[in-house]
Amino acid sequence: MKLPHLLQIEGLDREQITTILDTAEEMEAVGQRELKKIPALRGVTIVNAFFEDSTRTKMSFDLAAKRLSADTMAFSGKGSSTSKGESLRDTVQTIAAMGIDGFVIRHKGSGAPQRAMDWTGLPVINAGDGMHGHPTQALLDAFAMRHALGDLEGKHVAIVGDLFHSRVVRSNLHCLRTLGAKVTLVAPPTLLPPGVRDWPVTQGCEITTDLDAVVEDVDSLMMLRVQRERMSGGFFPSESEYTDGWGLTRERLARLPEHAVICHPGPMNRGLEIAPEAADAARSLILDQVAAGVSVRMAVLFHVFSGGEGSAA
Amino acid sequence: MSTILITGADILGEGRADVLIRDGAIAEIGSGLDAQDAQRIDADGLIALPGLVDPHTHLREPGREDTETIASGARAAAAGGYTAVMAMANTTPVTDTATAAEWVYDRGMQAPHVDVFPVGAVSKGLAGAELAELGLMNRSRAGVRMFSDDGKCVADPVLMRRALEYVTAFGGVIAQHAQDPVLAPHTSCCDEGPYSGQLGLPGWPAVAEESIIARDIMLAKAAGSRLHVCHVSTAGSVELIRWGKAQGVDVTAEATPHHLALSVELLQSYDSVYKVNPPLRSAEDIEALRAGLADGTIDVVGTDHAPHGLADKQHDFEIAAFGMLGLETAVSVICTHLVREGRMSWADVAQAMSVRPARLAGLTGHGRPLAAGEPANITLVDPQASVVVDRDASQSRSRNNPWHGRELHGRVVATLLRGQATLLDGMVQPLTGATV
Ligand SMILES: [Zn+2]
Repeated sequence: MKLPHLLQIEGLDREQITTILDTAEEMEAVGQRELKKIPALRGVTIVNAFFEDSTRTKMSFDLAAKRLSADTMAFSGKGSSTSKGESLRDTVQTIAAMGIDGFVIRHKGSGAPQRAMDWTGLPVINAGDGMHGHPTQALLDAFAMRHALGDLEGKHVAIVGDLFHSRVVRSNLHCLRTLGAKVTLVAPPTLLPPGVRDWPVTQGCEITTDLDAVVEDVDSLMMLRVQRERMSGGFFPSESEYTDGWGLTRERLARLPEHAVICHPGPMNRGLEIAPEAADAARSLILDQVAAGVSVRMAVLFHVFSGGEGSAA
Repeated sequence: MSTILITGADILGEGRADVLIRDGAIAEIGSGLDAQDAQRIDADGLIALPGLVDPHTHLREPGREDTETIASGARAAAAGGYTAVMAMANTTPVTDTATAAEWVYDRGMQAPHVDVFPVGAVSKGLAGAELAELGLMNRSRAGVRMFSDDGKCVADPVLMRRALEYVTAFGGVIAQHAQDPVLAPHTSCCDEGPYSGQLGLPGWPAVAEESIIARDIMLAKAAGSRLHVCHVSTAGSVELIRWGKAQGVDVTAEATPHHLALSVELLQSYDSVYKVNPPLRSAEDIEALRAGLADGTIDVVGTDHAPHGLADKQHDFEIAAFGMLGLETAVSVICTHLVREGRMSWADVAQAMSVRPARLAGLTGHGRPLAAGEPANITLVDPQASVVVDRDASQSRSRNNPWHGRELHGRVVATLLRGQATLLDGMVQPLTGATV
């Protein structure tokens, strides 16, 4: 399966997502070998253009590319290229002119990866853009949940917390719903995105402010990070009030169904949106998610840059 | 000066007629007119409108002559059928003193393609803290009667109150860019709603516009003053203005061609050519604006012509500059989306794009009826023609044209400013020097 790019989950069908997840299984096996490297992308040069800091995602993509024998170059646009007076278009066109094969782009501006692709004509993988999307995060979340719960068709996933500022939530919604999961969104009224009930992807989803009403009914509880700096914007009155209403506390942990799992895209605020007991519980997939990140990114790079023909490993 | 004979034009209210122009004024309107020495303009099938007046233009000079000059903006205005434009004050330096206003006015006098009238700032440096020298600007050679901090909102209710009160001394008007800066800070760039959420772009909520309009209507009522609301963008704003007028408040409102035609859906491309302030809104808002313009709640069409260089636009959407070009396409957009849809007649267009903007800005030589003795400010439009917009054919120094590649109906064929053709056969005329 050839993917021309991965800008967002929207537009991928169930078969494509499943193929990526299946390829990721093969890639996971590569990671367990003694020699953790295959020649699939030998001769391919990928630029990791991180206009916004993200050590974890950058390392994950870098390791994934290296395991596929791709050459990688890093670009850090810290403080943004505009501080040097250069436009995003000039920056990406300049890099593209060096004869590279494509980009992995992280940017604080929503839509920047899409524009980079428009301007260079090269394949782009979105490694997180503004408040818009984070498609590989959604795929790795699905991968980790599929491992733990089996086929996600009909499974109930609640996504809880700061939905307003989260780029993870939109991608996850599309991914989970395409895979047939039932999704419930839970957030304080101030952290529900405006117009969320009118999104095509939320039609048929429950959207609620009441975490206690859903906690006994889920197969997976996906807790989102509260960005502490948002507090000054008055989105909620205090940390303790947030924890009381929307935190995965010890009490709520005890009410989760036996088989249910816990996800968190990290980094966590222990004690705020998630109690330490929940983060470290056996049913917590948090470290599995990190591990899945490398396998899933290998799969995505493989399908975008190798032409995706034949078996990966 | 020369003699011009326009033959066979559709004169609003008079039917098909000839127009004889001598010495910059209309000498006679009738059928079968002739004049031996006249330059003839065949206007068969064309509609004659009073020369258009744009109440809201950004000319960028002084300060950003790389993106537009008064001269280039004047040529773009002529190409769009305009004979007068109001130049917004947010230049560098800001038009906030009599000297600055006279500089723009004098510079405009040297631009032969259009009459340029400066809008004065409401506050010094557009800082929103202290009143600019409103009276001195009014008494200057530029005769400023319209004041605006456009680009920014006069957010402080006390300052807004004082400004409204102060201009009653000389019949001025305060033109407000309605944007509560706390509800919609400068980072806001997408209509807040389903699209802002899905696209992950900072929301610009309708209430940030509507709450300021509601407040300002109350302030204008209390002050017994004139309020003009720039670039109205939401259905709720139209309702408020309708209510304000019903209260007897002297409030006028403006809609831009782009808010009347383009919707927030276009932001899915993340193309910064669609980034404008206030943002493109929903289909329901567009419909409310069209209805408001058709029923006169929205008094005037203003272009908010906002030229920007590529360097300021070729960033990611959130940090690219706000604004789009508008002068050259305004008539075609209104023709396409309102006239052809049966929402407005050409007589309505004349009101909204010439007569009422001139009255709003206190211009005496523009927006006049086409009649003997009046200045020969005339725009000839071919309502049947269609054009595919080419941004590279623009007279503007900038290329941020949201209509590029789109087909629009109705085309400006000729523009006459005091009897001098600034646009003829669709070609901007090579004029130099002062017209006055
Ligand atoms: Zn404005």
